[in-house]
Amino acid sequence: MMFRALWKAACGAALAAPLIAAQAANIGLVAPLSGPQAIVGQDQVDGFMLAVEQLGGKLGGQSTNVFKEDDQLRPEVGQQAVRKLIDKDKVDAIVGLSFSNVLMGSLPRIAESGVVAIATNAGPSPIAGAQCKPSVFSMAWQNDGAAEAMGKFVQDKGVKRVYLMAPNYQAGKDMLAGFKRFYKGEVVDEVYTQVNQLDYSAEIAQLQAARPDAVFVFYPGGMGINFVKQMSQSGLTGKLPLYSVFTVDGTTLPSLRDAAVGTLSGGMYDAALDTPENRRFVAAFEAKYKRTPSLYAATGYDAANLLDIALRKAGGDAKKLAAAVKASAAELKSVRGPFRFGKNNMPVQDYYAFETMRDGGKVATRVVGTPLKAHVDAYAAQCPLN
Amino acid sequence: MNLTLLLAQLLNGLQYGVLLFLLAAGLTLVFGIMSFVNLAHGSLYMVGAYAAALAYGAGGSFTLAMLTAMAAALAVGLILETTVVSRLYRRDHLDHVLATFGLVMFFNEAVRIVWGPQPLFVQVPESLVGTVDLLGFGYPLYRFAIIVAGLVVAIGSYLLIHKTRVGMLIRAGAQNPQMVAALGIPIGLLNALLFGVGAMLAGVAGAMAGPVLSVQSGMGDAVLITTLVVIVIGGIGSVTGAFYAALIVGVVDTMGRVYLPLLLRQVADRSVADAAGPALASMSVYLLMALVLALRPQGLFPAHRT
Repeated sequence: MMFRALWKAACGAALAAPLIAAQAANIGLVAPLSGPQAIVGQDQVDGFMLAVEQLGGKLGGQSTNVFKEDDQLRPEVGQQAVRKLIDKDKVDAIVGLSFSNVLMGSLPRIAESGVVAIATNAGPSPIAGAQCKPSVFSMAWQNDGAAEAMGKFVQDKGVKRVYLMAPNYQAGKDMLAGFKRFYKGEVVDEVYTQVNQLDYSAEIAQLQAARPDAVFVFYPGGMGINFVKQMSQSGLTGKLPLYSVFTVDGTTLPSLRDAAVGTLSGGMYDAALDTPENRRFVAAFEAKYKRTPSLYAATGYDAANLLDIALRKAGGDAKKLAAAVKASAAELKSVRGPFRFGKNNMPVQDYYAFETMRDGGKVATRVVGTPLKAHVDAYAAQCPLN
Repeated sequence: MNLTLLLAQLLNGLQYGVLLFLLAAGLTLVFGIMSFVNLAHGSLYMVGAYAAALAYGAGGSFTLAMLTAMAAALAVGLILETTVVSRLYRRDHLDHVLATFGLVMFFNEAVRIVWGPQPLFVQVPESLVGTVDLLGFGYPLYRFAIIVAGLVVAIGSYLLIHKTRVGMLIRAGAQNPQMVAALGIPIGLLNALLFGVGAMLAGVAGAMAGPVLSVQSGMGDAVLITTLVVIVIGGIGSVTGAFYAALIVGVVDTMGRVYLPLLLRQVADRSVADAAGPALASMSVYLLMALVLALRPQGLFPAHRT
């Protein structure tokens, strides 16, 4: 019975396939769905799928097939996933594309195929600069953006001596460079720690001894949870202002709670943003997934809504899709507020400063400033596109 | 160099070392006595951390959470021993690695499926919040508690191994398992007991680490590698060796992380030192292991296998 049913279904699918292909939108979704950063990938997928569901399972009025691929945060796995999506599944667009290293690994195949790619988690400087591509977009941020915003925020506050910390890899160095692009005061020390380090007691003791006016860190995922918890246990939180990017966010706050109270973080989105679009998004996301959406959920959600507009504009012509995506940003009501693509296809958007605080019995975030408005990244000038 | 700071860093190293010892004690005995390579030891650490986090979240008592973690890790350890591990003792080391590596993936995925990729929230128990004033330097009270608890466990295991009959059998088993079996000792039962106790110690380590580190799927993988380094340095099968080696590794790793980049800045360009410092520091314990292997391949405190 079982086999017969399957066989029938398979035959049916095979017969129907050419018909469906003519009218269905095929979207590939690549994200880290296993390993320590799985929550980041899951939020992008959930945000994207929520938007597809709200649009009645359709993007641009076409029934939509979403092909999800786990890149395991490994460039070679991501590359394979992208090849499969382009060659086998013949997707119209690929969304997600994981962290910068995975995105960079897949870039040659994507650029060669001309398939539209919308990154929802990265905007590495090469793609923002000389290697920019007409079909490659970032719905998230140019990597330095949030750190630049924090640099400006700390500078505007008149903080004199800042201590900088980040993991010892490219993104860590980029973040501190971004911070220093806008912060002109004294940098007491710049400390690089091992990637995926668990214990920061030694570094926190050094930090305590250096007596800076504030500390700025970039510790994504589990590293951030460890660092912020341990800093709070040392009795420093509250005494020494902590500024961060991608450290205290929607993915880590549920496991930090009180340990993060009083910290400030920079970013283009937080569930606390008070716009009608965002209130609607947060309510729908919480109702469906029983948790607060992070900035990664927001980029996934925005990407689906952007594709909805773009597919309608392109009218089924794959060659027009890249241009349609770029033009659609003007019509998109992003949950983060004002949004458009720069000439390098990187976001031109506002970067906010958020404070984590106690709100009744709960720990919540609120907006305390918008250090950079409609911010164009530092690499756009090197991009030959118009 | 500031002496208080140096003292704080020594304590940090000691605390890390104590945590490593809890993991290494079980691993080194299982390796030494049953000649079994157990890569899933890190998963037992994760089991302890999750059990404690969930029990603490539900009941609100840290003591109860610790007991739950011990019970859970012991139970999972015994189940593993009877269903999987005991079948593999006679097989090759590579089979051990293959099977227990599979277990690592199984546990990581199972935890992710049940509790999701989101790390769990664990608080420092109310009575251990705050810092101790160390000559004008705040040191977290909870970390002191970890050091004390770890030392208590170390003394307890020393007494168990050196002053009791079971301990005598364990020591005998580490030196010559065939002879112990030939003397009519139920070596199967001894093995299961030993595996279970090792699992329980790993569970304790996980439970104690919960408030300090992020409790999430895969949390045992990184710490397992350092634990393997500890048992190699200490001498496989030797709990005393594991104790000293864990403290040495803890202090070397902590001091390396802090002072290597600073030292490099004295001799090299700032940007070179910033890049090379953390990289060298992450190698420090492996360099130590290489040195020990070169000079004393049997480890610093071998179990006198004949």
